[in-house]
Amino acid sequence: MQNKKELQKEQILRMSGVNPRKCMRCGKCSGTCPSYDEMEYHPHQFVYMVETGDLEPLMNSDSLYKCLSCFACVDRCPRNVEPAKLIEALRLTVIREKGKNHLKSDDIPALLDDEMPQQAIVSAMRKYSK
Amino acid sequence: MKVNYFPGCTLRTKAKDLDFYARECAKILGIELVELPDWQCCGGVFVTSSDEIASKLSCARALVASRDDNRALVSVCSACHNVIKQTNHAIKNDAKFADAVNRYLAQDEEHSDPYFGETEVLHYLELLRDKVGFDKIREAVKNPLTGKKIAAYYGCLLLRPGKVMAFDDVENPQIMEDFIRALGAEPVIYPARNECCGGYIALEDAASAKKKSDTVSHSAANHGADMIVTACPLCKYNLTKNESPLPVVYFTELLALALGVKENDDAE
Ligand code: SF4
Ligand code: SF4
Repeated sequence: MQNKKELQKEQILRMSGVNPRKCMRCGKCSGTCPSYDEMEYHPHQFVYMVETGDLEPLMNSDSLYKCLSCFACVDRCPRNVEPAKLIEALRLTVIREKGKNHLKSDDIPALLDDEMPQQAIVSAMRKYSK
Repeated sequence: MKVNYFPGCTLRTKAKDLDFYARECAKILGIELVELPDWQCCGGVFVTSSDEIASKLSCARALVASRDDNRALVSVCSACHNVIKQTNHAIKNDAKFADAVNRYLAQDEEHSDPYFGETEVLHYLELLRDKVGFDKIREAVKNPLTGKKIAAYYGCLLLRPGKVMAFDDVENPQIMEDFIRALGAEPVIYPARNECCGGYIALEDAASAKKKSDTVSHSAANHGADMIVTACPLCKYNLTKNESPLPVVYFTELLALALGVKENDDAE
């Protein structure tokens, strides 16, 4: 019988299609990440920590919501690991739980200004909420 | 030439210029943009997880309709194009995902045959490069933008993921520079042209978006550009909101100026 942690890791690997064992820890993903400064855990750490099954700290970290889905780490990784897909799978695992939305629709009006494009609102809802 | 057109939500509201001038210029260039009758929002960003199905159905429906019309599916907005193209790629390359999508679509009141990624998905710039040709555009230019130094801002969505978007060289793209040359202006190459503006984080963390946007607009300014050109409403918002030292315009406005569709001073 597998424990919850192992099941969760398996699910994250399945959702993302990422094989963290391909990573050679060169750090290029973190070096190129535009949100590096705002993150508690950086893209290469996501990869390493998922590999070792250390999911809890990642799932509780605000770093999940600092990723911009810019895919710089995906295209610049020399080993084709695709860290952004791992971050996305972790974020989804969190926000799919009942009551775990990072952004609630009621919060949105206060965040808007007159020029804010619809694209920003729908994108944020898609990344931060279920 | 007839193609299907997916404008997207933002082009109906905050980015009307991006849409309007795309339609006007298409007429001059002999392209008929046929707006899909009942397109639905693309969702703004593609969710990479393969078990995320329902949120990708709007794009799937637009792709099926275009397959049935036997026309390419074109968008102007970088985000719509990215999400539609990534959805099409997933349907084409992930049989399990395609099966799930087709099971959903079969429940639509009016539904078509199963879909396996047959539609050609094009960004308007690709339409100009690959179907019209930049040479033809050069010939159609009435008011060449001579002397203007223009920084092409690709951002993320047109280029990445590179193996899916297949738009241009991910790290050294040329298409927008070639477009700028065809209009008679001079492209300015600068290091941050394919870096992120901050995207949707602008909604909840404006300071974070500012850092990213400043990197881009200052990089363009430091390399001697007079203006920045983009295909993305959110890039334009982030750069403008964060007081870019250079004006930020849509590529369709630039095209309209050069083709004589737009007066120089009627920017909204
Ligand atoms: S760039 Fe790729 S190989 Fe290098 S640390 Fe990041 S994930 Fe690992
Ligand atoms: S996709 Fe996310 S983690 Fe990867 S480089 Fe961009 S912001 Fe950083």
